[in-house]
Order: sequence, then structure tokens, then C-alpha cells
Amino acid sequence: MDGYVLLGNEAVALGALHAGVSLAYGYPGTPSTEIIEYMQQVIEPKSGVRAQWCSNEKTAYEAAVGASAMNRRVLVTMKHVGLNVAADPFMNSAIMNIKGGVVLAVADDPGMHSSQNEQDSRFYADFAKLPCFEPHNQQEAYEMTRAAFDLSERFHVPVLLRLVTRLSHSRAIVRPNPSRDANPMVKFTGKDDFITLPATSRKRYAEHLELYKRLRAYAESETVNPLKPGDTDAPFSVITSGLGHNYFEENAEDLGFSPSVLHVNFYPLPEEKIRTLAAGSKRILCIEEGYPFIERLLRGILPVSVTVSGKLDGSLPPSGELNPDIVRTALKLPEPSSKVEDGHRNLAPLPGRPPQLCKGCPHRDTFKALNTALETYENHLVTGDIGCYTLGYLPPFEAIETGLCMGASITMARGAAQAGMYPVVAVIGDSTFMHSGLTGLADAVSSSVPITILILDNSTTAMTGGQDTIFESKGIRKVVLGLGVEPEHCVEMVPLPTKHEENSDLLRREIEYKGVSVVFAFRECIQTAKRKHTKEAKA
Amino acid sequence: MKYDIILCGVGGQGVLSVAAIIARAAMMSGLEVRQSEVHGMAQRGGAVEADLRISDGPIPGDLIAKGRADMILSMEPLESLRYVDFLSEKGSVVTSDHCEINIPDYPEKQAIFSSISSFGRALTIPADALALTAGSARSANMVLVGAASFHLPIEFSTMEEAVRERFASKGELIIETNLKALSLGRNFAEAGSRRRSG
Repeated sequence: MDGYVLLGNEAVALGALHAGVSLAYGYPGTPSTEIIEYMQQVIEPKSGVRAQWCSNEKTAYEAAVGASAMNRRVLVTMKHVGLNVAADPFMNSAIMNIKGGVVLAVADDPGMHSSQNEQDSRFYADFAKLPCFEPHNQQEAYEMTRAAFDLSERFHVPVLLRLVTRLSHSRAIVRPNPSRDANPMVKFTGKDDFITLPATSRKRYAEHLELYKRLRAYAESETVNPLKPGDTDAPFSVITSGLGHNYFEENAEDLGFSPSVLHVNFYPLPEEKIRTLAAGSKRILCIEEGYPFIERLLRGILPVSVTVSGKLDGSLPPSGELNPDIVRTALKLPEPSSKVEDGHRNLAPLPGRPPQLCKGCPHRDTFKALNTALETYENHLVTGDIGCYTLGYLPPFEAIETGLCMGASITMARGAAQAGMYPVVAVIGDSTFMHSGLTGLADAVSSSVPITILILDNSTTAMTGGQDTIFESKGIRKVVLGLGVEPEHCVEMVPLPTKHEENSDLLRREIEYKGVSVVFAFRECIQTAKRKHTKEAKA
Repeated sequence: MKYDIILCGVGGQGVLSVAAIIARAAMMSGLEVRQSEVHGMAQRGGAVEADLRISDGPIPGDLIAKGRADMILSMEPLESLRYVDFLSEKGSVVTSDHCEINIPDYPEKQAIFSSISSFGRALTIPADALALTAGSARSANMVLVGAASFHLPIEFSTMEEAVRERFASKGELIIETNLKALSLGRNFAEAGSRRRSG
């Protein structure tokens, strides 16, 4: 067997390495995390290739543009909501004259397995008028990553690689091709290649619109977006993208006829091909995962005599992940008759089993102490953030009340306090604080609001599986002091059951202080501590 | 030939390592394999489900359709019931009898066990007890793999090879314990099958 069994994410990582990537930057976010993790595992220390975590997605993306300006091939990784954070440099980089290939791998999360929302990154590619690849299996994840680098250098634009959880986190055999050497370091030469002053941007944007026409022509090639003609009397034709194609294939043999199928691997959409497909059909069923991206665009491409079915007319559900059963229903096929009946009929509804904080997790002791400290106040607000500790919203703690996006605990607390609420406590993790809590703290200090910020420092990015944070534990304290928090109100506690009284007293004291106070709850994540222990025991 | 398995349990029980061993054995047998996983926060004490698909031909998708699973392999009895909609008419349920009670509304154990036994092809295994017999409580998942192997289109010797490989770095004692657990699970499933047919 001349292949590896890889997660979709690992296939992307291997594809980038075999494409001669020199650098990879990212911020851990499920479902994208294993791309950088895999690279870190397999890159030889002496190779000069680096894969690194950054403070956030914006800094990661900007570093990538810097590397590209020096002719290096560079991969950037994040999850869909991370692209919101990197949206500023992403949009502007579209009109830069990219030198070394830039590939942005974004993992969307239809079904919200571990995310705040379901947004579809293909809209970002369209928004920036940038090309986008969408693989539908692990082998394609490998191959398209390589193709994306070549395309990026051919057209001098960043290329988006859209993944989804089910592909990122499924394993299959990947057969690699010979690898390519890295690019040499060469500084860019075009004076306005990497600058966005209005005068240069106007010129470059005009050029970009011309380039977009070439990208559209490229999308029409058969190898990129294959169109497979079917029976001439088929009642409908099908357009698939991503994993929608797999679920169509699972059911296709039960149809009794062959519809014509256009499978979209690459955007912008191949409009000519779509017209060719539509010429022989009265109805087109669009099977895509995420938002009705293709389906909406079809309505602008096709005459009204062609019926377009998909998420907008209810043939497919508007939210959540696709699966073989949903697609089966959309194809109007009967449910399989083999469903199990015995025993199942008598089954009472089963209780749900939601995720929860681990046994022995330091956040448990922090939330207990916080709840005790707040007992005496009739009304209070605890803002939360994005991390394991978001589970503090659920019973038994019910300690936090909000969760907007990375870093928003501090900024929301500021707004609530200035709106007149007291007391207000913001809960944020160490990695999240460095991601986008810093600027919020600067705002809070500058307006001297009475809020207490509780930094849960467990020395890791726990929610995504324990990646290293960019600062070691306690390093953040210097940053907090540097932003102007009073040293006597920058205090520490150790969240342990034995210190419950002491910790809740400390929290109450800081809550009573009518300025910005920062309380660090220091204790290592129970999972990383366990792993370290096992590693040491082995050594 | 195709064989679709839904693996389930509670986050932290080792659902993915069980999937990995069976997947590895299937590949050693020259079969195609697709295996979906659960990552991130969803793993922490919550319900965890993974699809494992084995076939001698191409497998288009990662997910198993309703009514098509050949086996539900569960580390926890309540969780084994959560996915019965996916089981095919001829499918089997193989589950540990160990109840992981980390929710306040966990049903009466007896009700769960009687629901499971109402499936003609269900096997509830005292995986913890058999693992202790093998030498370590930590080998309970290998008991389950052994029991599952009775139904799988994989030679038992190949399963043993996959287990040996999996624990290669942990020393001969741990390899032997896990192989013993594997055999005990297999024997339990074989005996259970004889009981039904006899």
C-alpha cells in the first residue's frame, strides 16, 4: 500500500509540504487545528520549514502575506469564524500582486459540531473575488492544496481552500505525488505590489477585475469542474459541490436513471457549463453543504423556465450538515425498508449527554469560587468568552451569561458597566486573552470602568486539544501591567477545592474595587498535565 | 462487500482508539476504509459517535445512512440505544455493560438493558470484569473489539496483529494483556451466539 491513512486536515498539511511550502501560520480552531499540528509533527527540525501558531488569525494571515512578498510559499489555517478576524488583511490581499503562493485553508463547520455559527467561507472568496477550491475527499484535499499553490503563483492572488468538519475529521487513504522544492527567498520588485494607498489600490483593483475574467475562464476547464452528461430524458440534472457529491453518489444507483451531473470543485462558478447543463433540463437540483451559495447564483445565470431546487425551496434543509438520508429525500427516493423495528418501538426518549468540564478541571473550582463571591449581590453580570470555560454557562455552574466571539467578554463587560451595570465580571482564557482580549483591556483601562477580569490561565489552548500558547504561563501578567492595570489589582489565585474560601474572598475584594481589576486563576489544564505526566513516566 | 459500523460511547472512553484498531486491521486485510472522528470540546464527557466504513470497493461518503449500519459497537449501554435508527435489519448491537452516569437524568439501568436485549442480535458484555480477568481494567475496550471481531469481515489473527502493533511501544506485558482481553471478548461473543442458536 503506497499511501497514508490521513485525516482531511492531515492531507492538506501533507499537500502543502509536498508543494514546497516554507511556512505555515494559524490559530487553533476546531475543525482546522490538525493541519498545523500534523506539520509540526512531521517537519524535520533542520529543514528550515516552519509551522507556527500565532496570536490570532489576523496576525497569522498578515505574516503569510509577508512571507509571500519574499517569494516563499505559505499556508495559513483557521476555522470559518477565524476568517472574520482575518477579514481585513484577507480582503486587501486580494488586490496585491502575490509573489510566493498563499493558500488559506479554512474549515467550515456545518452542523456546528464545535462552533458559534455556520457561516460559509465560499462567500468570503466571492466577496474578495478570489478563487476557491472545495475538495470532497482526502485525496482531493491533498491534490487541491498543491494545485492551489500553483494557481496562486500563476494568477498572483491568494487562494482559498474550503474544508468542512466531516472532511477535516475523517480518515481515508491518501496516495501522494513526488514533492516539489521550496521557493528561494527573493524580495518582490513591483513598487505597488504590496501597498494599498487609494491611488495604487484603484489601479490594482481594475487589474483584479480583469484577472477575475481569466479565473472564470479557468473554471470552465473540464479537469477543474467536470460535467458528466446523463440520460437525455432524465427528469432533473444535478449540481454538486463538496461532500454533497458523496451523498449523491451513495444514492445515485437507486434512481433508476442517470441525471447529468456538474460537480463544482472550483469557484468562481463555471457559468457556461451551468448553461450547458441547464439546456437539457427543466429542473436542476443543487446539492451543496453550507449556505445555498451556488443555488443563489444559479438564479442569476439561468432562465426562469428552469426550476432550481435546493435549500431555498426546501428540497434540502437550510441549516446543518448534509448526510446520505437528507440527500436521499431530496432525490425523492423512498426510505430504505430495512430499518430495524424490534425493540426500538418501546424506547422512551433518551436523555441528552452534553459535553462538560473534565473531572478535576481548574475551571470548576474557579466557577465555584466566582459563584460564591457573587452570592451577596442581588443582580450581577458575568460575561463569558470562547473556550472550554464556555461550558460554565451550563449546569451545574451556570456561572457565565454571554458568549459573543473571541475577546468579547472584556469589551462586553466594558459596555455593560458603562450602561450602568454593577458588578460585572469578564471571564476569559489565557489563549483567548492573547488572541483578542488585549485590545479590549486597553479600552477598559483607558475608560477606568469598574469591571473585574478573570483570566483563566491553564497554560494551554485547551478547547482545541492543548496547543501551546504563544506566551508561557504568567508571562501575560507583564502585558496586563504594561497596559496600565494597577499592580495591587492584578492578583493571582490557584483554583483548588482546598482554597475555595480564600479564592472567593479574593474575588469579592476585587469585585468591590471600582476600577479595572484583573484576577489570574493559575492552574494547568488537567488534560495537558496528564499527558505531560504520561510522557515523563515513559522517559 | 461492505461493512458499516457506528462506534459510540462517552467522550474519554476511547471510542476513537477502538475505531483506529479495527480500521487498521481492515487495511491490513486489503480493504478500503473511511473513518469519521469527533474532535475538540465535543469529546469532553459528552455523547461521542464515530462512523467506520469498511469495503472491498470504493466508499463515497464518510457517513452511514439510516437503516444501513451492520453494527453498533458501544462503550456504554445508554449510548448504544441512541443510534438504533441507523441499524440495518440484520445488524448487531455489541455493547459494554458499564454505565457511565454523568448526567442527572440517567434512565433506570434495567430499562436500558431490557431495551437492548429486545434487539435479536444484541450482546451486552461485562467488559470491565473480563478485562480484569485478562490482567488490567484498562483493557475493557479490547474485550469489546474482540467481541465485535466475531461479526467483522476480518480474520481474527489480523485483529491480533493490529492489537500487537497498537501496543508495540508499551512492552510485552501490556501486549499480552490486551491480546488476552481480545480473546476473552471473542470467546464471549462466540458463546453468546451458540446460546442463541442452541
